[in-house]
Amino acid sequence: MEPLTSKKKILEQKPLTFAERIYLPAIAKGLSVTISHLFKKEATIRYPEVQREFSINFRGLHSLKRDEHGKERCTACGLCALSCPAEAITMIAAERKPEEKDLYREEKYAAVYEINMLRCIFCGLCEEACPKEAIYLDGPIVPSDYLRKDFIYGKDKLVEQPLTNK
Amino acid sequence: MDIAFVIEKFILVTIIFVITLVIAMYSTYAERKVAAFLQDRLGPDRAGPFGILQPLADGLKMFMKEEIIPTNASKWLFMVGPGLAMLTACIGTAVIPWGSPIVVNDRIVPLQVTDINVGILYIFGVVSLGVYGVMIGGWASNNKYSLLSAIRAASQNISYEIAMGLSIIALLLVTNTMSLKEIVDQQHGWHWNIFYQPLGFLIFIICAFAETNRAPFDLPECETELIGGYHTEYSSMKLGFYLFAEYINMFVSSAVMATLYFGGYNYPGMDWVLMHTGPVVGPLIGTAVFFTKIFAFIFFFMWVRWTIPRFRYDQLMHLGWKGLIPLAIANIIITGIVIAIIEKF
Repeated sequence: MEPLTSKKKILEQKPLTFAERIYLPAIAKGLSVTISHLFKKEATIRYPEVQREFSINFRGLHSLKRDEHGKERCTACGLCALSCPAEAITMIAAERKPEEKDLYREEKYAAVYEINMLRCIFCGLCEEACPKEAIYLDGPIVPSDYLRKDFIYGKDKLVEQPLTNK
Repeated sequence: MDIAFVIEKFILVTIIFVITLVIAMYSTYAERKVAAFLQDRLGPDRAGPFGILQPLADGLKMFMKEEIIPTNASKWLFMVGPGLAMLTACIGTAVIPWGSPIVVNDRIVPLQVTDINVGILYIFGVVSLGVYGVMIGGWASNNKYSLLSAIRAASQNISYEIAMGLSIIALLLVTNTMSLKEIVDQQHGWHWNIFYQPLGFLIFIICAFAETNRAPFDLPECETELIGGYHTEYSSMKLGFYLFAEYINMFVSSAVMATLYFGGYNYPGMDWVLMHTGPVVGPLIGTAVFFTKIFAFIFFFMWVRWTIPRFRYDQLMHLGWKGLIPLAIANIIITGIVIAIIEKF
């Protein structure tokens, strides 16, 4: 059959020379290549003592942010739970009492806010959906654990950023 | 045969057996480390400092796993296979001279379990028996792929045994004796047999690679070709025995090569050292030199494994029958002619 282009390389299969047939020179060359790798620095990164840097857009652990007065931004509107494709977020709203005015920005706040880290796919849709700029995915990688129940992160444990100056 | 003789041999056998097992155990660790360094990565380094306790972790894993015996497998043969492989691997260490005789309490203790005067033939016979372990394992698994792999392994083993035997014949022409102790004694100082038989050594080392199912000749057991080969159906300790027997075989082959061609426990300047260090320490230094040679060979085994792609089955047979056997016969003829010429003058 005629080739369709003229770019085809014609493979010449010459019979092996004597040096090629005894394999030994090729083996010696291969051995020298391999042994040179013994003296090179290895490329392994010893996690978790040494960790590589993430890019700026990396999405890690969630954190609920506070405003400049230290009050929690989250108002338990539920838009993040609505937008989550994995249905990982659940919350229970509560009304702010008069003595808690310094703790929460608006009259409605999330008394219980839970994210199931095993369901979460770290897509960032909750970050995009939040109208109060309350949730951001700027934490590290979620550490591993043994039991399923330990992966449901509540508000006090890890889904909160502590007060900066108060 | 007095009681001291029995005790001395018993202690020697125990020490050699323990050393063999420990070296085989740390060969598994060294294999992983050497493989890693040759591939620009680190090997196991979490179990203990630098991963030193990794073989213990592997051994513990082997003990803890469940032993599965396939339903239609012949039970007795299934259990005999790995045992036979381990047995033939271990008894090869009985005739190797580990060092010059040491003198303890006016008693000369030879560092060799038994010095039979057909030492090389014994080693050769033991290596041939090793085929049974593989063959029985493949047959008893009741698995057609294991059987195929066992057949390939057996045919590879017996093909390369012939070339090995022929290269040993050429060596016998030079040394005039089959006793390993006398072969080592003839290589005193610098007169190693590698200088008298370079081609024979090349053939022998290629056949050693093939006999231990190692490096470019590991078709019977590589994972990409036949899953696990003849040890597919084995689990836990029986698999551990097969894998361990391979490393013990590697150790014994290295020891035999170092004994036959590289002078065993001889090294240049040994007379000076023996004079100055007394009757107990001197031979032990020779033993340390011997072990250095063995470790160098083991490193070479591992180095070659990660360098060369494996042979296809027909290429392997072609090399064994049509390449190495004519070469070994030519080696014998050339050796004979050279010896006849030298004796004439």
